[in-house]
Amino acid sequence: MDDLYRELILDHYRNPRQKGLLSPADIDYEDDNPVCGDHIHLTIQLDENNVVKAVGWEGQGCAISQASASMLYETLVGKSLEELRSVSKEDVLEMLGITLGPVRLKCALLSLKVLKAGAYGLTAWPGEDEEE
Amino acid sequence: MNDYKTPLDVKAIRADFPILDQEVRPGVPLVYLDNAATSQKPLSVIETMNDYYRRYNSNVHRGIHKLSEQATDAYENARKRIARFINAASFREIIYTRNTTESINLVAWSWGRANIRQGDVIISTEMEHHSNIVPWQILAQQTGAELRFVPLTEEGLLDMAAFHAMLDERVKLVTVTHMSNVVGTIQPVREMAEAAHAVGALILVDGAQSAPHVPVDVRAMDCDFFAFSGHKMLGPTGIGILYGKRAVLEAMPPFLAGGDMIKRVELSGAVWNDLPYKFEAGTPSIAEAIGLGAAIDYLEKVGLEAIHQHEIAITAYALDRLAEVPGMRVLGPADANLRGGLAAMVMADHHPHDIAEILNYEGVAVRAGHHCAMPLHQRYGVVASTRASFYLYNDFEEVDRLIAALYKARERLAF
Repeated sequence: MDDLYRELILDHYRNPRQKGLLSPADIDYEDDNPVCGDHIHLTIQLDENNVVKAVGWEGQGCAISQASASMLYETLVGKSLEELRSVSKEDVLEMLGITLGPVRLKCALLSLKVLKAGAYGLTAWPGEDEEE
Repeated sequence: MNDYKTPLDVKAIRADFPILDQEVRPGVPLVYLDNAATSQKPLSVIETMNDYYRRYNSNVHRGIHKLSEQATDAYENARKRIARFINAASFREIIYTRNTTESINLVAWSWGRANIRQGDVIISTEMEHHSNIVPWQILAQQTGAELRFVPLTEEGLLDMAAFHAMLDERVKLVTVTHMSNVVGTIQPVREMAEAAHAVGALILVDGAQSAPHVPVDVRAMDCDFFAFSGHKMLGPTGIGILYGKRAVLEAMPPFLAGGDMIKRVELSGAVWNDLPYKFEAGTPSIAEAIGLGAAIDYLEKVGLEAIHQHEIAITAYALDRLAEVPGMRVLGPADANLRGGLAAMVMADHHPHDIAEILNYEGVAVRAGHHCAMPLHQRYGVVASTRASFYLYNDFEEVDRLIAALYKARERLAF
């Protein structure tokens, strides 16, 4: 378990990077894990070449979901929109460096879900909510 | 541990549950505090089910050979013991289902569809498990009936004044949990049954959490339906019970249809079987029913009243120790006599998943989430809680382990 709450994760949980929503933003998406209350709201500014210029986010929830967001979003500045769209679940898990059961997996991947939806310009996750 | 007296010899009881004697990781013994999710099974239950499959497994009811007669005897005998366990008037009032959820759905589909019309009212409560909310939401949508919810006080009790005010002659059913699986509150179901009957309504009592932990007498309660699950009371999964008053069940159409629930079938139609078989279609969970019978034997040997006293003592001790933990909030009544043996905890600044994770590392098994009671959590302004739930094989040292683990969690997650 010392695994799960390794110093790196706890550090990002206690001192999350890039907190604070950007306005205006080219990408703006939020979502939550209703089962446990994890919530993440991501905003991104792109330059004229669709490369990430700035990232800001807000959220609350368990250490895994928030640390995951902080760690993932820290890597985005300088990435292209295409690169954002191709971040994978394996990338996130490798970044976290821990083994997760199915319940905590959802916590860890909420940040990725929000990033993907934002990068594809969705207003809602396909299959959920409205008539998207 | 001054005032906390238990009538049980927990050490002797634990010897019947070898699963409890294990380490979560080297040097860290398991502390199983997730009994509201499911209970462990004593050897006698496990051995009874194995014995059935080893010696006399056979389909029940219509076989004329020896094994079938033995299986039928054991299966029906278990039903009779279950009837006595809750003081039902007759074994015909005991229907085997898969679990409490299926029992409630049976009432919603079979009784509900035949009796609920547009403009009728069904009363549920804010503290219900989803299984006692969602079937009624569906029924209300289908029929145009209205669903009302009794609100909760800050302490986690039903607002009885509000309940009485909600009762009018439009109310056809009151459906309520005997004991909440989150706040632990025990409802005054006898009083609620009287009030329901006075306006011509029936009452369904969800006993999933109560039947394993306190003595239940359905005739003293005077409820029309009582539902509970085998797996929370030392029995196997896959078996539940619906008790219904005979006259009510006789008037209801069947639920699932097929074999066994009929007396006769012609192409033009069928004649239903007698109670309780009218509501038991297809080959039942035979081993599981027999296993539940063995579970009830075990519980009766220990005594439900003694189990209840034990849980009051353990919970009182747990609540007192939890009150010392900084930032700790326990949902539900503070008086251990008003509640069942569980504590749903909310800690300031720490998420239930993280707490449960660290508790697991310390060997303590609890549950984190909404416990299938989202409206209840919303009522208290939280999304999730961490729940520890006790049973007859938990002792005071395990409460100490829980507290120690909570302090570790605070330390690890501290800002």
